[in-house]
Amino acid sequence: MITLTINGREISVSEGTTVFEAAKELEIEMPTLCYEPRLKPYGGCRLCIVEIEGIPKPVTACTTPATENMVVNTNSDYLYRLRRTIVELLLSDHPNDCMICTRAGDCTLQELAYFYKLRENRFKGETRKHDRIDENPFVKREMDKCILCGLCVRVCDEVQGVNAIDFVNRGFNSNISPPYEKDLDCEFCGQCVAICPTGALTGKVWAGEGRQKNVKHTETVCGYCGCGCNVTLHTVRDRVVRISSKRDSHNQGWLCAKGRFGYEFINKNDRLKTPLIRRKKGGELEPATWEEAFDLIVSRFNSIKKKYGPDALAGLASARCTNEENYAFQKFFRAVIGTNNIDHCARY
Amino acid sequence: MSNDIDGIKDCDVIMVIGSNTTETHPIIGLRMKQAVKQHETSIIVADPRRINLVDYSQLWLSQKPGSDAALINAMCHVIIRDKLTDENYINERTENYSSFADSITECDPDWAEDITGVPASDIEEAARTFAKAKRGGIYYTMGITQHTSGTDNVKALANLALLTGNLGKHGAGLNPLRGQNNVQGASDMGCVPVFLPGYQPVANDENRQRFEKLWGCQLSSKPGLTATEMTPAMLEGKIKAVWIMGENPVMSDPNADHARKALNKVDFLVVQDIFLTETAELADVVLPAASYAEKEGTFTNTERRVQRVRQAVRPPGSARDDLSIINMVSERINYGQGDIAPNGFRHLDNTKLIDKASGVFNEISTVWPHLAGINYDRLEEAGIQWPCPDTDHPGTTFLFENDFPIGRASFSAISWKGPEERPDSDYPFILTTGRVLYQYHTGTMTRRSQTIENADSGPFIEININDAERLNIADGDTVLVKSRRGKVSLPAQVTDKIEAGVTFMPFHYHEAAANLLTNDALDPYCKIPEAKVCAVKIESVT
Repeated sequence: MITLTINGREISVSEGTTVFEAAKELEIEMPTLCYEPRLKPYGGCRLCIVEIEGIPKPVTACTTPATENMVVNTNSDYLYRLRRTIVELLLSDHPNDCMICTRAGDCTLQELAYFYKLRENRFKGETRKHDRIDENPFVKREMDKCILCGLCVRVCDEVQGVNAIDFVNRGFNSNISPPYEKDLDCEFCGQCVAICPTGALTGKVWAGEGRQKNVKHTETVCGYCGCGCNVTLHTVRDRVVRISSKRDSHNQGWLCAKGRFGYEFINKNDRLKTPLIRRKKGGELEPATWEEAFDLIVSRFNSIKKKYGPDALAGLASARCTNEENYAFQKFFRAVIGTNNIDHCARY
Repeated sequence: MSNDIDGIKDCDVIMVIGSNTTETHPIIGLRMKQAVKQHETSIIVADPRRINLVDYSQLWLSQKPGSDAALINAMCHVIIRDKLTDENYINERTENYSSFADSITECDPDWAEDITGVPASDIEEAARTFAKAKRGGIYYTMGITQHTSGTDNVKALANLALLTGNLGKHGAGLNPLRGQNNVQGASDMGCVPVFLPGYQPVANDENRQRFEKLWGCQLSSKPGLTATEMTPAMLEGKIKAVWIMGENPVMSDPNADHARKALNKVDFLVVQDIFLTETAELADVVLPAASYAEKEGTFTNTERRVQRVRQAVRPPGSARDDLSIINMVSERINYGQGDIAPNGFRHLDNTKLIDKASGVFNEISTVWPHLAGINYDRLEEAGIQWPCPDTDHPGTTFLFENDFPIGRASFSAISWKGPEERPDSDYPFILTTGRVLYQYHTGTMTRRSQTIENADSGPFIEININDAERLNIADGDTVLVKSRRGKVSLPAQVTDKIEAGVTFMPFHYHEAAANLLTNDALDPYCKIPEAKVCAVKIESVT
């Protein structure tokens, strides 16, 4: 164990712990745009700079390993001014179109601008014009909002292992891009979208839908494969407008293209909204009331059971439905109908 | 899964057989890729297709569809021959080892090479890599099970896990990856013709009497029919009425035309779904149900993790959640002498969804000891993996740590039988089926999600580049694919990622339904159909 002092408070941490992580254990918050506990340390945004006794200049806490007897200060007027200037520099080359940005209210850069009260900018000047429209189906890429924190590049490499994007060009022309600056062509897991601290990467399917106001968040489980990823449904009234996933879930917040972007079916107009009955054999399915549907089911089930016995009836339950529904369904067939003809799609 | 998803990162070797993990279980695939990067895990992929995971693997065994048991037996042969078995484990925790070892003396890698098409040297390497690892995990899906020898294939994999002492410890195990969000739960809940909830055999008097007492009614001791047996029973007129809740057998069943005829034949068909599916179109009554976003309850994922599902939006129109529908039908039906079921079947429409669902869950946790320690309060923060016998128990990340439910695990002698239908001069190609990344099962949900549909390129058949050249088929050409059961036309995808003589089709697409072609021959034990191997012929159309 290593013992160090941060802001006058002592803490012991295991070897390899960074100053940023040690501070976090003491619940000392520092601003950052590029730190991500699920990825390797990076030190790109320089916002987590701290003063360490014996080191002449501030260093980034996220890339500095804690050492024995280290004395760290995370807060001073000097650090405040440095950090504020860093954010000001980032904003000097940012569209500042928060009014119409999908990420407004959920944007780290916007929060920092608010925190440092950055309405005016001392570094006004030329801004980058990355107005190329990427035609890929999932990810809206607005590269003029990109702050080059590298989170998307790192998650694509370290987590997804796809390496679909990287830094291209130098200096003012630096940019994040797929090979040869073509349209993004990848697995579209959207981990980059989930991890982006600004509005540079958003889901195309989110566009124009609710952002923060009147958006309700519900913790639930994805309805596709058996991984059972935890998802947060963002809804406005009875409409699902976005899906995200929390970092502390068993899936670590990672999702796939279906889980993250494949929710439009829930809101789809051709959802069944009323019972349908085929009143004549060979006729069309026609809308009916629930009572009418129930009456028909009850009378037909009863008469078939009476005439042919319970084993003339069968039920197929569903791997789409909940445990409670499946339990009730098999209980219905066993206890009410009296047959074990109950199965589901485990074999398909 | 005997083990958990988190343990994948600690496996020293991962054997993936019959699973295109990165496409069908992307988040588990992601863990496997991370294991390679961070733990230097070796991956062995056994799959007739060069799936994405091959890029991360040490070894790719491209076995012919339907030859899995031969491949696995040969691996076991090498492990025994080279004395790489875990002797202590075999002595202390298993039985029937010697009869099993005798049964595979002939199954050497050369024998397997003839059957599987995998070079004997690769089989040797795979066997040694797997056996020498401290922690070896086996991962499989329907590529192993959807065969007439599906049960044997799984038993063969169990032999491999037992030989190497890989069942009952962290970062190892025998891990079927469940294909659907709650297929584990539906099985757990007793939606199986031979089991009451919690895998308690219905034919066992003691089990049945316990449930009769709990439910206050008489129960039938006669095991029911599996879904695959129901189809012929409908055609024979033995089954007259069917209630299908949230399934689309017209698309998902092998020999789908057969399934359609059967459902057309029954006197009365009720289909409960969220869309007018291909199956619902045949129904006499269609009931509008709720999607997962519109209900309260629990799902159980592939690692046995019971997790809360919560209502985010209301169902559209007058659609109702499935539990309410079942309750309302139940309470309207008289049974026995006008009894009403004591639990769970009251008309609860005025109750909040959550109270209704938690009430049913509480009943489940009283009937199945593995869930006894789980309740909605405990699930509030995070899911719990069963078995969880009491409310202080944290759940179980991996099974069989100290013993097996049957005491010692038993080796099974498996003789390779091969698929029911093999290519011949009339139908010279093997067709195997599966999923693609963007689509899900019969496409009821994904194909209505426009963003997903825009990204997907639609139906296709993968044909080996040499076969295509011989048949004069170019990439993108429309071809007619015929089997003894049906025909479909769709674009060819000419590729070197599949072996000569083998073709692949995803089964999501109604406009080119792979399951019109597939074989509905069944495994004799568990009645799973052989959707993964059938014989087809291919004709160029353009």
